[in-house]
Amino acid sequence: MSSPTTPDRPWLIRTYSGHSSAAASNALYRSNLAKGQTGLSVAFDLPTQTGYDSDHPLARGEVGKVGVPICHIDDMQTLFEEIPLDRMNTSMTINATAAWLLALYVAAAERQGATPDQLQGTTQNDIIKEYLSRGTYVFPPEASIRLTSDLIAFTVGEIPKWNPINICSYHLQEAGATPVQEIAFAMANAVTVLDTVRDRDDMAADVLPRVFGRISFFLNAGIRFVEETCKCRAMTQLWEEIGRERYGIDDAKMLRFRYGVQVNSLGLSEAQPENNIVRIALEALGVTLSKKARTRSLQLPAWNEAMGLPRPWDQQLALRTQQILALETDLLQYPDIFDGSHVIEARTAELVEEAKDELNKILEMGGAVNAVENAYMKQALVESHTLRIRAIEAGEQTVVGVNRFEETVDSPLVEQGDDAILKVDDSAEREQIERLDAFRSKRNDAEAEAALRAVEDAAVNGQNILPSSIRAAQAGVTTGEWSDTLRRLFGEYRAPTGVGAARVASQSESLEAIQSRVEQVSEALGRRLKILVGKPGLDGHSNGAEQIAVKARDVGMEVVYDGIRLTPEEIVQSARDEGVHVIGLSILSGSHVVLVTEVLEGLQKEGLENLPVVVGGIIPEDDAARLAEAGVRRVYTPKDFDLSRIMNEIVELVGDLAR
Amino acid sequence: MDIESLLERLLAGERAAISEALNLVDDQRSEQREWALELLDRLSAQEAATRAHVVGLTGAPGAGKSSLLNALVESLREASSRVGIIAVDPSSQRSGGALLGDRMRLSASAREAGVFLRSMAARDRLGGLADATRASTVVLCASFDWVFIETVGIGQSECEVAQLVDSLVFVAQPGAGDTLQFMKAGILELPDIFVVNKADTGAVADRTRTELGGALQLAEASATPGWKPPLLSASARDRTGIEEVQTQIEAHAEATRASGDFARRRKEGQLAFATESLLRRYGEWGLAQIGGTHEIGRRLERAEGRSAFGIVLDLGREIEAALGQG
Repeated sequence: MSSPTTPDRPWLIRTYSGHSSAAASNALYRSNLAKGQTGLSVAFDLPTQTGYDSDHPLARGEVGKVGVPICHIDDMQTLFEEIPLDRMNTSMTINATAAWLLALYVAAAERQGATPDQLQGTTQNDIIKEYLSRGTYVFPPEASIRLTSDLIAFTVGEIPKWNPINICSYHLQEAGATPVQEIAFAMANAVTVLDTVRDRDDMAADVLPRVFGRISFFLNAGIRFVEETCKCRAMTQLWEEIGRERYGIDDAKMLRFRYGVQVNSLGLSEAQPENNIVRIALEALGVTLSKKARTRSLQLPAWNEAMGLPRPWDQQLALRTQQILALETDLLQYPDIFDGSHVIEARTAELVEEAKDELNKILEMGGAVNAVENAYMKQALVESHTLRIRAIEAGEQTVVGVNRFEETVDSPLVEQGDDAILKVDDSAEREQIERLDAFRSKRNDAEAEAALRAVEDAAVNGQNILPSSIRAAQAGVTTGEWSDTLRRLFGEYRAPTGVGAARVASQSESLEAIQSRVEQVSEALGRRLKILVGKPGLDGHSNGAEQIAVKARDVGMEVVYDGIRLTPEEIVQSARDEGVHVIGLSILSGSHVVLVTEVLEGLQKEGLENLPVVVGGIIPEDDAARLAEAGVRRVYTPKDFDLSRIMNEIVELVGDLAR
Repeated sequence: MDIESLLERLLAGERAAISEALNLVDDQRSEQREWALELLDRLSAQEAATRAHVVGLTGAPGAGKSSLLNALVESLREASSRVGIIAVDPSSQRSGGALLGDRMRLSASAREAGVFLRSMAARDRLGGLADATRASTVVLCASFDWVFIETVGIGQSECEVAQLVDSLVFVAQPGAGDTLQFMKAGILELPDIFVVNKADTGAVADRTRTELGGALQLAEASATPGWKPPLLSASARDRTGIEEVQTQIEAHAEATRASGDFARRRKEGQLAFATESLLRRYGEWGLAQIGGTHEIGRRLERAEGRSAFGIVLDLGREIEAALGQG
């Protein structure tokens, strides 16, 4: 069995994409498919992910930024124009509003003549990691899990080839999870969801194995690809064990651990960004090398992701990387190359054991929902992430080009400055709202209203939300209307931040130096330096803001951490009510110019124009200049990994004003 | 600094003035401190100072105080009451820094005009209360009908909070065993109202309620004459029992005022404030120069319109004069 054989079929090759509008994204999808991509992975914009129409006040600046805006069935139809949905495999990164976007997808497919049983694809539909890391949750955990479970129960019967949920450990690693945490938290999440589905009144016992078989995972792969290989093997083992022992399943096919991957973005650097091309290729190894634990589908990020939205060329490079690995190398011609490796087996066994302990701890707490509400998992992630950042700052963990080998010649790849990234045209938002208005005026309002009431009834009466949602999609209900209806019933939720309990950093000389500066400045101010840290807009990626908050505390500041999804007015109000000396804002969605400008205007209106504002995020150089001009004192981007330096600058900034 | 105009703006309910006043009373610089005491003295003489009711909310970390408070605020807002909140979080003993996370849990409806939240760090105080908490309370009393102080309870801090508020609510976490801790600390008689939160946890919450009920049987009667501390169950998550908590707080407010207990508590609080404040600034020796705690008490007795803040200002000047002579 050691000589090369006929190659296996490659994994599904995808690129996570979508931006500006349904039409623009459709053109992008078709060109990617023409280049040999074999499946689609739809990125929705934040208003769509959090259940707002493009004309909602909270959507300002966010429309079409990190993905495509989908407000109604016509948008969905446009998105897949000339892409036959009876044959396409579509993955949709959608969670809080997953049931609704699937309803739109089913309705749009129907317009093409495709029936539900022909549809293939995945809805991410994983709310737990939204509370822990990604932040696009809407409803409280219980209601959210119910929607998750509705979607699963519906698809198992009606759309049998659909993967109703992608349990994501991806975002946990992005939030700092260690391999053990990644495995354990994902399994705890899966068990919580499966238990919920199992206990449904409408769930027949003999369907459970099929439900189990449809659960898929979405993993991350970091640069330590040997350990990542072991992690994938460990998850394969543990999943099978859970299926057999907890759910009594013995059909080998149903027990198979199926997963897709997007490799790590956390480790990509803005400094010497071309190094990321190599990192991404190596990260792909961890999830493809071991045949027994090989990914079913792969998405590679673009090398310049830390700088802004990738252009078509950048996406093509990500695609070609996969194609070279799958088709040029001999990887797919061998059975599992690690069989018989003591080293791999030993590390895998270790991970399984440690993960089991952690998993049991969470199950003893009552499962993943409880471990969200009591902030157990979130605190663990914040702490792991803090340790990681400290290790990079201290040089204990090498990142080439960032904390070692920093000297570089100018890169011809980034010479073009901001032309080296894709910019969403500011007119995208306006045009999308125009289309939305036109759609609303031509639809039958009474029909839409009636369909919406049926959704409400289903929600109240505990019926599956999908059938009425599909009818609502057909009747012209919009994303915002569907979500508002459920918001009124279920309420909204704010997840615990986990920062409060983050362990205090051990003292070091550099830390003491900043602490004594904080003391000095505080004395001059008359009270301890107080900072507001928050995230305006709909972007929920709170890891950066949380790390800033923890670090600010460690250098001796009093930190008001105001969390995610704030309007500019709320930020101004918090800053004034809390009496802070400086405001730190974090935005990763590309909507920084609009939102930060509004904060500055609000401060001026309150007579607080002297309150310094610093901003961090994925902010292209041109925008940084615009922000500085508007009055922002400092702009930080992913290349500013040294939190101590950032803190020093903030203290000096406040110190100058105190003088 | 124009204390007069700040006072006017405060009494007119100007939000920016509330914030400025809170900043001022937290300011440690000598000049600002005097202004602050002046302002607080003037504020104490206002009718608003005794009209507003101050409620302490205490309990172990994770007991769900913030969520309960959030639900209470929403409920009070329905009756158009104006609510001011001071949320106190512990400081790191090593760096002096603090993470003040409560604002996060304030729901959108609680972020409106009739609600004001200021987070404070406990700083070097072991009891879990910030130095400026009392002063901040006085500022908020000028503008709000209800003022809540939310703080982490670890036993001894209850005593401190109790001296600061008109009604004390203890929030117990189901299954955490803090009842026992509370009994050990011997301060089960301090709270005026007990709430077992997270009633949605079912049996666990019921057991805690039973335990707490048993312990209360043995405890001393409440400080408020004629008041038997009620033991309530609530779930901030399911929004159940919130109304009853509100009703009981209102009932205690009435009982404590009717019995004269309110005036007694405030007076004791003032003495505690004046003593601590002078001790912190001038030490035992300084305090001895003006006749010690006894003299503070005497001055408060024959205050003649001067509040504890004014007396601290007066005595401070006398101590400084004595120091100058010495």
